[in-house]
Amino acid sequence: MPAASPYYTPEHESFRDQVRRFVSEEIAPNIDAWDEANTFPREFYKQAAEVGILGIGYPEQYGGVEVPDRFYGLIMVEELSRAGSGGIMASLFSHGISIPPILAVGSEEQKQRFVAPVLAGERISALAVTEPSGGSDVANLKTTARLEDDHYVVNGSKTFITSGMRADQYTVAVRTGEAGMGGVSILVIEADTPGFSRTPLKKMGWWCSDTATLYFDNCKVPAGNLIGPENMGFISIMRNFNDERIALAAQAHGLAQCAIDEATEWARERVTFGKPLIKNQVIRHKLVDMQMRTNAVKAYLEQLVYRVDQGESPIAELCMLKNLATSNCEYVAGEAVQILGGAGYMRGAKSERIFRETKVLSIGGGASEIMKDLASRQMGH
Amino acid sequence: MKVLVSVKRVVDYNVRIQVKGDGSGVNLDGVKMSMNPFDEIAMEEAVRLKEAGTAEEVIAVTIGGDKAEEQLRSALAFGADRAIHVKVNEEVSPLTAARILKAVFEKEQPGLFLMGKQAIDDDNNQTGQMTSALLGIPQATFAGELKIDGNKATVVREVDAGLETIEVDLPAVVTADLRLNEPRYLKLPDIMKAKRKPVETVSMADLGVEAAPGLTVTKTSPPPARAAGIKVKTVDELVAALKDKGLV
Repeated sequence: MPAASPYYTPEHESFRDQVRRFVSEEIAPNIDAWDEANTFPREFYKQAAEVGILGIGYPEQYGGVEVPDRFYGLIMVEELSRAGSGGIMASLFSHGISIPPILAVGSEEQKQRFVAPVLAGERISALAVTEPSGGSDVANLKTTARLEDDHYVVNGSKTFITSGMRADQYTVAVRTGEAGMGGVSILVIEADTPGFSRTPLKKMGWWCSDTATLYFDNCKVPAGNLIGPENMGFISIMRNFNDERIALAAQAHGLAQCAIDEATEWARERVTFGKPLIKNQVIRHKLVDMQMRTNAVKAYLEQLVYRVDQGESPIAELCMLKNLATSNCEYVAGEAVQILGGAGYMRGAKSERIFRETKVLSIGGGASEIMKDLASRQMGH
Repeated sequence: MKVLVSVKRVVDYNVRIQVKGDGSGVNLDGVKMSMNPFDEIAMEEAVRLKEAGTAEEVIAVTIGGDKAEEQLRSALAFGADRAIHVKVNEEVSPLTAARILKAVFEKEQPGLFLMGKQAIDDDNNQTGQMTSALLGIPQATFAGELKIDGNKATVVREVDAGLETIEVDLPAVVTADLRLNEPRYLKLPDIMKAKRKPVETVSMADLGVEAAPGLTVTKTSPPPARAAGIKVKTVDELVAALKDKGLV
């Protein structure tokens, strides 16, 4: 039973129980095999949609499950983290960053076409902003889209695109106008568009998640796929970031707790020099330090989720939260592998995977250094 | 047909049970509680009967303190139409539970009374049988399969010797075994909707029921720790060891 909390109701806890069961029955037994196979079954999107976790937080009219607050999303990410895999979350929820701009500024027809089938698990959606020449520097992206009659002709490339190999549609940031942030637009580009191609990328972690470089070679995209007004795409993309940073921090927190749980269980059962590992003070102190810092992440995370839910946009704090949560995950994963020893270096241990997968959380969604710069500017330094 | 389903709040099956130092029971402080898993199976079966058009109304009932309402809300999220909370703060023996359930049954007059074959806390496996006896209606326990046809139910029972198929007249008490079905994942919209469904609260006095005397728990103790095993080198040594312990 959870301790009394100002944030959680019995409905939250009931939802947590259901997600936990889904994760332990449908993800945990398969995740090692999925990781080794570098993929997971496409039908899993449908399964996740059917139990109602794919659409959490999206409007009901497009097949979403509306929630009264962001804590449902937080619970979902934390529980999904218990399988100890960032990869499954990255791909399963690649729509989490790619459909909000469509919902925010797209037309009704675009929402029916590009949102509803995604929330039903029938189509996979990905966001394509980062380019080989730069990531967070959205204002200076180089992929161009030129309007010709009823088509945009798109040229350029995007890279490190999550769900990049399997996506049916991409929410792509392109340059339609002058240099800088005022010339950026958003197009939905479907995978079967002539002139589009993609190649897979191999990664340090997130093995079950497909990642790709995308190429647009005189790619003809219907003008009707423009999301929102031309040259107004920058703000839609930037607006995504608050929720993305919360989600990444939630993932970092969930994975850290997962590593602590595994290390604790191991320390209890592993016998060395005639006694369980946990009987050594040095191990117990490690576990306390890991939990202490992770509890602080949790407290900060919950407080900021609450504030964002109240309508605030505490950008500097969200940047600091992301850095606190991701650096803590790196620290905890390192300690967990250390406690597991040789077993922690072997595939099959959750901590081994988390150790490899925590790094991307400190890079994706804005690298730690970008976060600090942004926080610093927001704080008026 | 109305289907009545009883559900019990128990310590979650994942929890490592700890016996209190003074042997007066198990420690429930801060322990996660859930619906008895066999009752979840009974709930699932009831809701499937409703979805198939066999049942018109599903009513969930629980006996317990204030917090047992959480389990009733889960039952409502499964798809029960309404719920009855018999508020009792003391421990309830199987016979007392059966008396209460008999009173609820008589009030509601369901065509079928589903419940788990046993609760995973005390593992008594008595309440279903006692309820049917007190009501003087048939019972079909350890159901692994249930078919309703008019006013008869065909139940495949999981018994020691294998499977036994019986037919009972309705109304009857049917207790769910593990393989009757696989309970669904509760969806968030259903969890939300459950909050607004009606829960009627009654006391034992309202139902005209008195606690049954006769059962007192005198002591609770953890199972004895397992002794360390031994390794044997040959089959002969194994046989000798088994004989030595009087096991063969």
